[in-house]
Order: sequence, then C-alpha cells, then structure tokens
Amino acid sequence: MKKNFKLVLIILLFALALYPGTCFSEGLSSSELIKNAKLYDGKLVVYSGEVIGDVMLRGQFVWVNINDGENAIGVWMASTLAEEIEFSGSYKSIGDNIEITGIFHRACPQHGGDLDIHAQALRKKEKGRAVEQRLDIDKKNSSLILLGILFLIWILTLFKRK
Amino acid sequence: MILRPGIEDLKIIGFYLGKIILGLAFTMVIPILIGLCFKEINPTLDFIIGIEISVLLGLLLMKICRTDKDLNWMQGMIVVSLSWVVAMILGAIPLYLSGHWKSFLDACFDTMSGFATTGLVLVQNLDHLSYTHNLWRHLIMFLGGQGIVVIALSFFVRGFSGAFKMYVGEARDEKIMPNVIHTSRFIWTVGIVYLILGTLALGLTGIFNGMKPLNSFFHGVCIFMAAFDTGGFSPQSQSILYYHSPIYEIITIVIMILGALNFRMHYHLWTGNRKEIFKNIETRTFFVTIIVAFSIVAVGLAEIGSYPSVLVLFRKGFYQLISAHTGTGFQTIYPQQFPIDWNPLALTGIIIAMALGGAVCSTTGAIKMLRVGIIFKAIKEDIKKIIMPERAIVIERFHHIKDVFLEDKMVRGALIITLFYIILYGLGALVGMFYGNPFLESLFESTSAAANIGLSCGITSTTMPSVLKITYIIQMWSGRLEFMSVFTILGFLYALIKGK
Repeated sequence: MKKNFKLVLIILLFALALYPGTCFSEGLSSSELIKNAKLYDGKLVVYSGEVIGDVMLRGQFVWVNINDGENAIGVWMASTLAEEIEFSGSYKSIGDNIEITGIFHRACPQHGGDLDIHAQALRKKEKGRAVEQRLDIDKKNSSLILLGILFLIWILTLFKRK
Repeated sequence: MILRPGIEDLKIIGFYLGKIILGLAFTMVIPILIGLCFKEINPTLDFIIGIEISVLLGLLLMKICRTDKDLNWMQGMIVVSLSWVVAMILGAIPLYLSGHWKSFLDACFDTMSGFATTGLVLVQNLDHLSYTHNLWRHLIMFLGGQGIVVIALSFFVRGFSGAFKMYVGEARDEKIMPNVIHTSRFIWTVGIVYLILGTLALGLTGIFNGMKPLNSFFHGVCIFMAAFDTGGFSPQSQSILYYHSPIYEIITIVIMILGALNFRMHYHLWTGNRKEIFKNIETRTFFVTIIVAFSIVAVGLAEIGSYPSVLVLFRKGFYQLISAHTGTGFQTIYPQQFPIDWNPLALTGIIIAMALGGAVCSTTGAIKMLRVGIIFKAIKEDIKKIIMPERAIVIERFHHIKDVFLEDKMVRGALIITLFYIILYGLGALVGMFYGNPFLESLFESTSAAANIGLSCGITSTTMPSVLKITYIIQMWSGRLEFMSVFTILGFLYALIKGK
C-alpha cells in the first residue's frame, strides 16, 4: 500500500513537471519577466520585491504593486492573502518585502491585457518600517544663509531709497 | 550689416526675465504649503532653498537692469526662450536636493520635460518620492502647459504692449479675447475649472478602486495636471498601469482629449457654440488622423498577435495612441514592451500620431492639427487645379473659428514649421543611432521628446549618455516653443559675437 502511494506520488509529480503550463522559476526580476514575457506567459513564477503604494481592494481580491528595484509589477491576489501586508512603500515608509508565487500573464485577458501576476502564495521576507525623518542640518543652514542674504539686499535697497 | 545688441537691449531682457523669475519663485510657495501640510521637513527645506535662490536672482536682475522701456519683438522672443532655460535650472534645484536624481543634469532633464509637458523621466525611486516633490513635478507641467510667460502675464504684468510679443514667443499666436492679458486669464480659468472637475472624477474613481481617500485625491490632482496639460508624469513609476482600472483609463482619455483642444474651442464650447467643434478644421483633422493612425496600430498589433482578444487589442492600442496623439505620454504598458510586443508597423502608427500632435493654442506639442489640415487643403487645391480646366479658378477654404480662404502665405507657414519639426525628429534620431540604438527606437524616442509626448520605448534612462540627455532637452525646449524664440536667441548670440 505504502509502495503504491509512493508510486502514485512520483507519477503525479512527474506529470505536473511535464504539464506545459507549469514551470517553476526561482527569483525572477521584473526586467527579466518584462523582456521575456512570452517565455513566462502562463507559467508559475516566483517574484519578490517591496510593496509600494496602495493595496487596492476589489471585492474579494486586491491589487498590490510590487517593486523589485527595477520596475513595479501589479499582483492580483485574494484579499485574505494580502492580510499579511502591514507596510507599503512611500516617502514615509519602506514597504514589506514579499515573495509571490503565482501565474504570470504577458497580456492578462481578465485584466484588459495588463502584464500582471495572479498570486497563489505569499511569503513575507522582511517586514517594512516607518522611515524616521531627521532634519538635514546642511539644508537648514543653507536656507538660513540665503534668507540672510535676501534680508541684507532688502535693507540695502531701503538705504538706497533714503 | 548685423548690429551688435546694445547694453539697453540686455537691460530690457534682464529686467523682464527677472520679473518672470519672480513669478516662478512665487509658484514654489504651493509645494512648500503641501510640505508643511504633510509634515515633510526636508522636502519643504528643498523648496525654501529653491524659492530663496529664485527670488535672489529675480531681484538682482530687476535691480541691475531696471528700465521703464517696453519690449520689442526680438527682446520679447529672447525673454521667452531664456525664461524656459532659467525655469529649468531653478525648478531643478529642489528636485536635485531631494536626492532622487543622480545628477543635476538629470534633474534639469525632468524639469524641462515637465515645463515642456513632455513626460520623459530620469527620476530614481519614484515610488518613494515625497508628496511635496511629486506635486512640484506635476505643477510644473500645469505651469508649462499653460505657459510660463502666461503665468507672469496673468498675475504679475499690468498690461503693456510687450505682453503680446512674449505670448506669441510661447507658441500661442491666437488671441481668444481682444486683450492678451484677458486671454491669459481665460486660459487659466479654463484650466482651474477643469482641474476641479477632473480631480473630483479621478479622486472618486480612486476611492472606488480601493485607494485611500487622501492618496486618491492627491493622485487625482497630479494625474489631472499631467493629462490636461498633456504632460504625462505620474506619481508612481508604473504610470497609469498602477491603477489597474478601465474607468481611470476612460477618464484620462477624456481629459487628454480636452487638453489637446484649442483654448478657443473651449471658449466656444463654454459660450454654447457647440457647432464649432464639428465644423472646425482642427477637430475634423484630429478625428481623421486618429482613425488613420489607429488603423495602422491595430493592423500592426493584429499581425503580430500581441493581444489575446480584439477588446484587449483595442484597449491597449487605443490608449497608447490617444496618449501619443494628444502628446500626453501616459502608458498602460511598460516602455520595454514597445520594441518587444509591438511590431514596426504598430510603432510607426504611434510615431505618426506623436509627430502630428493636437490643436494649436492648446497644451500639446508637435506639428499640430491646423497645420496638417492646411497642408491637406493645399494638396487638395493643387490636385483640383490639375484636374480642372486651365481657366477655372480654384479656391479652397476651411473653417477655423470663422470661414477662412486658403492663402499661399498660410501654406508656406504651415510647411516651414512642419519641415522644422521633421528635421528636429530626424536629428534626435541620428544622435540616438550614433549611440548604438536601432533606427525605429531612436526615431520613436526622438519624436517623443521633440513633439513633447513622453512615451518611451526604453532609451530614456539615467544610463544614457549625457549628450543624448542634452539633445532631448534641446528638442523638448525648441519643440515646445515652436522654433521662433529659439532661432531668435541663436541670432541674438550670433549678433553679440559678430555684430558691429
């Protein structure tokens, strides 16, 4: 019984690997996906990067844009999957770094031909954080010096008028 | 004999340039207020430094060059072309200070791209840019689209005859109202009314699409300014693809088309004369060229089988085409997809649309519909002359606000500007090819820069050679000002050196 089960499992895995629509690709960059979109079209891919901007809720799904430092790609996922996302990247925060496993579409028929990924699994690689804003002293000093010069010119103009 | 410009000429130019710089400095108050609202300390400081340098330069110029004299044509044209260069440099200061641009040249590139309503970008890590800087990027599109000098004319100049000379120098030779100051104010009124309506439409759609309300309205303002002024910047790196929304795409198409219409057309629409839109040569030519260019794009895309269905082909093809034809530059595909997923025929369709542009006295660049219409009318007239008996008198006329008889002078003017644009597109393509880029991609990017479009097929990047960046800056500048002001400044420089 145990032997039969193992055999069935091996056959299943073999069949899955041979299935033309399935291809596991580890750690693809956005540029690689965009440039070789025809090659990866309809395949299962792994893509990771920082969540940026809004997590846009659409019914039971969400759109999440993920930037890997080269480009940002839209990822369509179930809203339950997106619950793990805490931070999204903006000026004041660094977004969660997540890894997506999903089907890549060069021109998604469901979404008007957009290049996107339909996520099946999500893994948070690194939690995002709020960015602490510190006053740039050089900028502060420069603005004060310039203000001083402007004030001086104004005073000189007043003297000249008198 | 060429006369060397005198000190008086330089003083007059300097004085009015100073006035325009002060006007520009005043506009930097808006991002400062935004920075304070969003509590973005360092970005606010960037703009405080920017405003201080601008005020300092403006005041110094006005003090040193103090004059009561009015501008003549040459001086007016030079003030305009110099204003755009100075605006580029001063506008780039706060951007460069943000640290999101690799060099000051890159910041200047983006500022000229903004003012000239082009939309090509070299910004780094755009998705982490502050609200303050993002608003400035879009605001300069709005200011540039309306016209930098138009701002000064509207708010800082109390009526002088030199105003019209500067107005014409900014490629706006049509007066909507009898007075050029009133015309400038009308252009601003149109812009502000549409700004409110467009922002509301985009902001509400954003909320409906799942965006946070504040972010949604901020994006609404930015996208409106970029769409109506046919600029093409966007607050996120993915352009319109970020929103994943067909409604957003439809609204932006409407705003882009409104931006591509002549401001006189808006005046007639606002005063209830809707017939004008159907009779006008510009709107008719625009309609025909959209159909022709889209047919080329559609055949190209169908041939290569880029998209899975007709509907998808239409959505992608039509959006990029309208974006190209109106001179906006919004994209719903990645720049790298143009050379990969689109075949040369489809790319040619987009290049044709970019090269033609929208209406005169609008915010678009390129050859423009009135000139295209006039050239076609002239061809039609010549064909009629060949077909008809020798003694027959052939008269061609067209409707542009009023019925106009076609004259050789008009045809000559239209052909000269068209020729200059074609040369400009070609020169930029040659420089692109010199740096090893393929012909079609080089022509695409060059046309996009010179016609102030902003669509990119991937050549524009921080890694491109500085010479190519400068070439595109010159193309954006001369394309936006339609050559005359640029030629005047070249002539002025020549006279300074060779004149007696």
